[in-house]
Order: sequence, then C-alpha cells, then structure tokens
Amino acid sequence: MTAPRPLVEVRNVRKSYGDRVVLDDVSLAVRPGDVVCLIGSSGSGKSTLLRCLDLLEPVDDGVIEFEGREVSDPTIDPREVRRDIGMVFQAYNLFPHRTVLANCTLAPRKVHGLSRREARDRATALLGRFGLGEHVRSHPDRLSGGQQQRVALVRALCTEPKLLLLDEITAALDPELVGEVLGIVRDLAAAGTTMVLATHEMSFAREVASHVCFLDGGRIVEAGPPQQVLGDPLEPRTREFLRRVLPG
Amino acid sequence: MSASWTPSLRELERRKVRRALTRRRVLVASVATVVVIGGLAVAVVLSPGWARVRDSFFDGYHAREAFPAIVDGFWLNVRMFLIAEPVILVVALALALVRQARSPWLVPLRGLAVVYTDVVRGIPTILLVFLLVFGVPGLELQGLTNSIFFWATVALVVSYSAYVAEVFRAGIESVHPSQLASAEALALSRGQTMRYVVVPQALRRVIPPLLNDFVSLQKDTALVASVSLFDALYTARDYAAYNFNYTPYVVVACFFVVITLPLARLTDWLARWVVRRERAGVL
Repeated sequence: MTAPRPLVEVRNVRKSYGDRVVLDDVSLAVRPGDVVCLIGSSGSGKSTLLRCLDLLEPVDDGVIEFEGREVSDPTIDPREVRRDIGMVFQAYNLFPHRTVLANCTLAPRKVHGLSRREARDRATALLGRFGLGEHVRSHPDRLSGGQQQRVALVRALCTEPKLLLLDEITAALDPELVGEVLGIVRDLAAAGTTMVLATHEMSFAREVASHVCFLDGGRIVEAGPPQQVLGDPLEPRTREFLRRVLPG
Repeated sequence: MSASWTPSLRELERRKVRRALTRRRVLVASVATVVVIGGLAVAVVLSPGWARVRDSFFDGYHAREAFPAIVDGFWLNVRMFLIAEPVILVVALALALVRQARSPWLVPLRGLAVVYTDVVRGIPTILLVFLLVFGVPGLELQGLTNSIFFWATVALVVSYSAYVAEVFRAGIESVHPSQLASAEALALSRGQTMRYVVVPQALRRVIPPLLNDFVSLQKDTALVASVSLFDALYTARDYAAYNFNYTPYVVVACFFVVITLPLARLTDWLARWVVRRERAGVL
C-alpha cells in the first residue's frame, strides 16, 4: 500500500522565545485521515507546535508544508492557509458578545462567503448533531464548560476545515464533562477527520490516535502507533513520563 | 542546545525575503506620508490667501516680541493645572466611592453624588467658570476670597471631578465580580474590599483614560482667558489687539502642544504596558 501524500509536513522546525528553545528540530507528517496525538508534560512544546501549524507563531527555522505548499514562507498570506484549518483552544475562546449561533456563523459568512441562510443551516445542523440545539440563541457564558467547548468545536467545524487542531481541549473541564467533548472528537475521528491534538488523556489517545508523538523539552522523543508508544515505549524518557501519568 | 544551532539555508533565504518585505512596507509608508503631508502643505501654501495668512499668523518678529509675555501667562496655566489635578483626583475618587457605597447612612450622599455628576457634566465648563468667578463674589459672603484665579481653578475642579468620577466608577465596575466574592469569602468588610482589592485594580485600569482627561484639562485652563485672567491665551489676545497680528495665538498653540505631547506619549506607553501585562498570561 502506498501512503497518500501528507496533508501537513513539518521538517526540522525550530522555535524559540529569546534564549528559551521551545521547539527543537521537530519533524512530523500528517496524512489525510490521520489522528495525531501530541503527548508530553506542560511546557514540552505541544501547544507551540499547534500554534505554529496554524501560523499563529512564526517559526525560527525549518519548513511547514500544507497540501504540498510551503506555508512557512513569509510571502504566504496566513489567512489563506487558516481558511482550511480549524483550531480549538483550551479556554474555548468563544466571543462572549455573540450568541452561540452568531459565534458559529461569523467565519463562514465573513471569510467563506456563505449566505446568512446557508451559514445558519450548516451551524444549526452541526449544533443539533452535537446536542446543542436548544442553546442556539444563548450567549456562551450561560452554558457549562463542556457545552462551551462543544460550541467551540462546532465553530471550528462550520468552516469545513481540512485539518483540525485541538489544543488540550478538555484540560479546563470537570472530569464528568470531559466525556461529552471527547465523544465528539471520537465521532470526528471515526468520520475520517484529519486532526492533530495535544492531550493529557492517555486512554483516549490510545483509542483514537493513528500516531502518538511524545514531546519532551521541545523535541519529539518518540513517535509511532499508539500501541507501541503508549504500550511498549522504546525511550526511557517516554517510559518515565507514562509511569507518572498512567494510574497503576 | 541553542549554541549548536546554525540557521538553515532556507531560513537565511526566508530572512532575506522578510527583510525585503519590511523594506517594501517602509517604502510604502514613507511614500504615503510624503504624499499626504506634502499634499496638505501644498494645498495650504497654494491657497489664494496664503500670503496674507502667513503675514498675520506666522510672523517671526511678532512671535519674538510676544514670547516673554506669553511665557509669563503660560506659567499661570501650568500653575492652575498643577493645583487642580491632584484636587480633582481626590474629589473624583471620593465621588465614585460614595456612589458605590452600600451603607444606609450614605444614601443621601449617594443621591447628591449622582445629581452632582449629572448636573455638572451637563454644564459647559466655560459657563461654570463664569458662574463661579462672577457669581460667588457677588454673594458678598464674609471670609471668601474674590480671587479670579482661585474661583477659576475651582470651576475646573468642579467640572473635571465629575468626569473623572465617572472614569473611576467605570474602572471600579469593571473589576470582575469573582474578585468581590473572594474578598467576601475572606470576611473582608465592604470598605476593606474596596480599599485593598477593588480600587487598586480599578486604578491600574483607568490610568490611560485618566491621562486623557488630564490632557484635556491642560488645554481647558485656557478657558480662564474669558474672565480676563492674564493666562497665555489672554496675553496673546491682548498683544493681537494692540498690534493687529495673530502670530501670538500660534505661539500659544505651540506651547500647549509642547506641554501635552509628553502626557499623550505617556498615555500610549501605559496603554501598551497594560495590554502586555494582561496578555502575558494568555499565551
């Protein structure tokens, strides 16, 4: 079987803030339909890598390609790239002054040129599918954390992105609300959505990931299928990390 | 780790492109600036009446002649500003706190504070100057000064404390309710909550709008020219009336610009500082 062309290819990316190197020679390929889970302790560079993929942070060295085009090129308009990428943040980052529906229709209407009706139909369908139908007219602050994060997911999905970046989207949620958000991600993975997600949920990573990357000190220490990285890691540092985060 | 890193060829190439892009932006900005500013200058200089305007507003001889008197007059503006500013801060903060107070004893004061801000903000500052400078001495009350400087300063304090009180109030109300809750949970009284938790946060937030009001106050000290106080503007008017030349007005304008510029820059700098501080935790 020949592997399909990667949707995203990261080669030797480096990123530093002053003297602090947060990404050091990171390489990664994401093929269509892949679900790549980034694991590692806080400060290991997971979030920075996601932000670099969405061009929210310029890289200091290395190359990022999206659909075979180098997007780390300074002449590229980052907005053009972000049109095809959805991102969800740990703190939801919904717009508090707009209703749930208005949050979800903003980018489809203003960036993707959908009519008001098309955008509304698409958003209400997705909101309904994820159990948010009754909250369409509410403002985000009236919803629970789990509901808000689901709205954030829908907002990202409304632009029909080719790639979804999820940055520790369950880290700010109560344990009993984590399930409802992960359930959606599970459905998306089953439907073949290409995703890169940073997560602390190891059992979830084992279940949905097609690849797991363990980051430590800004480097990808170990990468591979979840059974191998999470079940039988080669690197001592990966083993040590898993011992600390896995119960038993 | 960082010592061993040398930028790749691709990165060096990218840096070259970035520098080229920066150069282009600088070029566009420069051209746009020259075109806009130059265009305006040309429009003024080529206007049919420019020669007469130049003689009556931009005359070097009259500027030099009027300069010493204007410096004296301007010193009065500066003094008035320096006296009024701290008083305004105190009065305004007191007004804002009274409006926020929940003690039943302070209800009449609260009502007064509301009426005060509503009424005073509705009256043009120049009218307040007239009312206080001519009105209060007219009462012929024992022990009150009739000094125009004093009552003009009071008028500015009255007017601006109403505005600044609203700025403070907006700052106090912008402090998140969770802060009040955690202060209450520590069993702090309402006064203590205000003193140690709310007001310090509010003050930090209102510094930029406050400085904005003070820039405005600096200029409004010129309103006292209307009650024949020899400030910079009245001095200039005096000179202009005797010599049929308006250059002193331009000189006065330059004085006010020069003194407000540092405050304006400070305002910008503080606003950026607040943004940097508040965003530091987001990333």
